[in-house]
Amino acid sequence: MFWNVTVSLLEGFMTTLELFCLTLIFAIPLGLIISFGSMSKIFPIKWISKTVVWVIRGTPLMLQLIVVFYGPELIAGWIGELGIDNALFNALAGMKGLDRFPSVLLAFVINYACYFSEIYRGGIESIPKGQYEACQVLGMTKSQTFFRVVLLQVVKRIVPPMGNEIITLVKDTSLARTIAVYEIIWNAQKFIKNGGLLWPLIYAGAFYLIFNGLLTVIFSRIEKKMDYFKA
Amino acid sequence: MAILQVDSLKKSFGKNEVLKGISLSLEEGQVMSIIGSSGSGKTTLLRCINFLETADSGQIFVDGDVIFDGEDKSKHKAKETREKQLKIGLVFQQFNLFPQYNVFDNVTLAVKLKAKEREDYKGNKKQILKEIDENAKKILAEMGLSDKMEAYPWQLSGGQQQRVAIARALALEPKILFFDEPTSALDPELTIEVLKVIKELRNMGRTMVVVTHEMEFARNVSDKVIFMADGIIEEEGCPTDVFDHPKSEKTKAFLAKSFE
Ligand SMILES: Nc1ncnc2c1ncn2[C@@H]1O[C@H](COP(=O)(O)OP(=O)(O)OP(=O)(O)O)[C@@H](O)[C@H]1O
Ligand SMILES: [Mg+2]
Repeated sequence: MFWNVTVSLLEGFMTTLELFCLTLIFAIPLGLIISFGSMSKIFPIKWISKTVVWVIRGTPLMLQLIVVFYGPELIAGWIGELGIDNALFNALAGMKGLDRFPSVLLAFVINYACYFSEIYRGGIESIPKGQYEACQVLGMTKSQTFFRVVLLQVVKRIVPPMGNEIITLVKDTSLARTIAVYEIIWNAQKFIKNGGLLWPLIYAGAFYLIFNGLLTVIFSRIEKKMDYFKA
Repeated sequence: MAILQVDSLKKSFGKNEVLKGISLSLEEGQVMSIIGSSGSGKTTLLRCINFLETADSGQIFVDGDVIFDGEDKSKHKAKETREKQLKIGLVFQQFNLFPQYNVFDNVTLAVKLKAKEREDYKGNKKQILKEIDENAKKILAEMGLSDKMEAYPWQLSGGQQQRVAIARALALEPKILFFDEPTSALDPELTIEVLKVIKELRNMGRTMVVVTHEMEFARNVSDKVIFMADGIIEEEGCPTDVFDHPKSEKTKAFLAKSFE
């Protein structure tokens, strides 16, 4: 039995890991784009970015999952009811949502990109103006200033909050089961339904604990690595 | 011909006119001190000359080239401004060193980035970088920092940090070096070491403009002293004229307070 549970949980955990890794890969750069958007001097860009961040941070991730998964077909249904018959409307009415896993991934990427963008923004805005001015009087270009001087100082400042957010992401992946993506908690719950076994759920908890322990170690290593300078 | 010439420079922040028409000039190899009470516009003047603020009108010439012309409203390319920027250097009150680089890299970073734009960079990369390194070492030795090249800014005293900042500015070989109260963030004994360095630079023939509250230093080091009050140059002349025989009442009052 223990062996069966372990195999099933490991399978689920693979899905959890996949979701975790892919979310990070896409959300980390997307967050940077959104943070530049919300710091933009061009008003519409700033406004759109800030509104998106506000909506995403102001609503539960679970709800966003459901909207991404069921939303497209729901809207297609409404459009179908309008009964307008032309190529565009027919195409829209025939719209299908994404599959389960891509839906979850999309929702997670958008959600985490927004949270990351706020962390980046805080980090970037906390760099003293004097750093930029020093670069300017030394004749450095804007991109040299960002990549050679500002970026590493920002990274140093955002590592601790990013660490917290990433550990939250590990736990949030369990929300994927809302739309029946078989991650580790889903697989553990199966044993409650099918055999009344509660301990697999607690066993699943150990997976999270160990994984997050690992992440904590990695993050404190990164922080240590940047201890050589103070900023 | 003057190496620095400023003609009726004006600058307002909203309704607050901070520079009400500043004109001055400085010969190569001379040192100018700018004194004046808080809020008289000294920092704003330096910032306008160094492109950190854009003046509203007036003109600035460095070595015969116009680096700012208030009449010319056309947008300038960033690259053009950078070229002009490099003719002059600025040392800040708060040093503004780059915390993640050691002393040596602080000094060489901008020079190396600039060297990449040279046409012969690809072919002579090794040679060029070697020259930059040698030059940086020479400057750091002059600043008395030879044993601190590997140190990071947080490991240095304020006086050492300011000397690194001076070395960083010098590495770009500016025609004129500007200082905005280079010692006012420092304790008295550290002030002395930084002022000594500036004196040495003067003896080496550097052209410098120093905003300072150190009256003794201004008297000893400058060829020319400018006293600013409320956005205008209230009085100017050689140190003996301004300090020993001030004409304006405002200058007299300011000096009386400063030497209390
Ligand atoms: N960015 C700014 N925006 C608005 N007002 C400014 C700005 N910078 C300076 N000022 C104003 O300009 C005036 C002159 O300031 P400035 O810093 O040039 O004086 P200062 O002579 O350098 O004084 P201090 O001796 O205290 O350094 C002050 O009234 C200040 O409030
Ligand atoms: Mg000032």
